Amino acid sequence: MSQSYNRGLIEDFGRWREFSAGMWAWVFHKFTGWVLVGYLFTHIAVLSTALQSPDAYTTTIQTLEGLLVVRILEVGLLAVAVFHILNGLRLLFVDLGVGLESQDKSFYASLLLTGAIVVASVPTFLAGVFG
Amino acid sequence: MSTQLPEQVEEESSAAEAEPTSAAQERRLEKKRQRAEEKERQRQAEEAEKALDEEDTYHLKVFRYDPEIAGKKEPRFDDFHVPYHKGMTVLDALMYARDTYDSSLTFRHSCRQAICGSDAMFVNGSQRLCCKTQLSDLEEPVRIEPLPHAEVVKDLVVDMEHFYDQMEAVEPYFQTNELPEGELEEQHQTRENREKVKMSTRCIWCGACMSSCNIAAGDNQYLGPAALNKAYRFTMDEREGEDMKQQRLEILEQEHGVWRCQTQFSCTEVCPKDIPLTEHIQELKREAVKNNLKFW
Ligand code: HEM
Ligand code: SF4
Ligand code: FES
Repeated sequence: MSQSYNRGLIEDFGRWREFSAGMWAWVFHKFTGWVLVGYLFTHIAVLSTALQSPDAYTTTIQTLEGLLVVRILEVGLLAVAVFHILNGLRLLFVDLGVGLESQDKSFYASLLLTGAIVVASVPTFLAGVFG
Repeated sequence: MSTQLPEQVEEESSAAEAEPTSAAQERRLEKKRQRAEEKERQRQAEEAEKALDEEDTYHLKVFRYDPEIAGKKEPRFDDFHVPYHKGMTVLDALMYARDTYDSSLTFRHSCRQAICGSDAMFVNGSQRLCCKTQLSDLEEPVRIEPLPHAEVVKDLVVDMEHFYDQMEAVEPYFQTNELPEGELEEQHQTRENREKVKMSTRCIWCGACMSSCNIAAGDNQYLGPAALNKAYRFTMDEREGEDMKQQRLEILEQEHGVWRCQTQFSCTEVCPKDIPLTEHIQELKREAVKNNLKFW
């Protein structure tokens, strides 16, 4: 080999526009998995620092729930969790070798269901925050 | 087109031979011949123009790179407008462009019937076998690049060495310690077993799957879908016997073997021979687990 052209990392990452269903499913699953881990740690941190007294705990929660950002983040957390669970079930089926021909359809179904559940949850999550 | 010209000339000259020819007549014939040639040239030009006008051409955008030529050291895309005919494949179009417009356009091809595996390229954003891809299935401009995740040697030619190394790593040939008794006894495979490995035997080593795989792109040591499929073909072949199966699973279970697969299905989607690659890899994973789990 005299010389050759290495298109490099940028080209590798630049391919995302050409990703197919299963590739997106993988990207989203990784992302949501790690967001959930991040949330778990934040969750433990926040609650364990609010445990000095019952009053402190209540005020902490009340302050947080009074913030619009927190409410919106909660909707986001639900979206991430629901997608991770649904796609996780899909992946379990894939690992069992069941229904591999419809792997793309089951990914779209996970997305749609996630969307529907999240939309349905918005009234509950945002209730009272504008009041 | 050009083959028609000499024929015409011959016809006329044989007619001229039959009659006694005068110098004047010869001149006349010469003129006639020139007129015919002129006409033919004009007709060809008109036809080409008409084809272009009627958009009966396909617009190709082809990746160009050549480290040995100053003007092509920086990769670029060249445009070609190729006259379309029904049934034209991407490979046909590339060959037309090479033969008509630029003889330095470089790409691999041989059989033109999806069996040699030499013309897998990146066409309109996915790995395809050019001789098996109809232009009519593609949107214009048809963008043709060398396979991603491989080094480009020149134009559309990539270095396949690494792919072949991975294929060799799984010992892609029949091996067995369980030969039948008699010297002249044939070793038969059951019909069911043949059915099981049938799809996996179809691989033509084109490298499309490997090129599409995100994991293979990030982990150079990953065996990759084609090699794992090849391993499947022999691991599942009952004639190889239990000993060989253990040996094969040992290769597959290694760090850069089956467990690297993240079931993204990109390989299964691009394989021009429709091999269910992900399914085969998943089955090997389960086989590996069964092999190591002992409940006693
Ligand atoms: C019912 C609930 C859940 C299901 C069904 C589920 C399912 C799965 C599955 C099947 C995988 C493997 C993906 C693969 O094969 O590549 C996975 C990965 C993962 N999950 Fe979950 N999961 C659930 C809940 C959670 C929770 C609550 C967390 C966080 C605390 C979490 C964090 C992760 C992480 C970090 C990964 C690895 C992502 C990676 O780097 O590949 N999961 N999950
Ligand atoms: S498995 Fe399919 S895509 Fe991969 S090398 Fe073989 S024929 Fe090509
Ligand atoms: S030219 Fe042989 S596979 Fe396309």
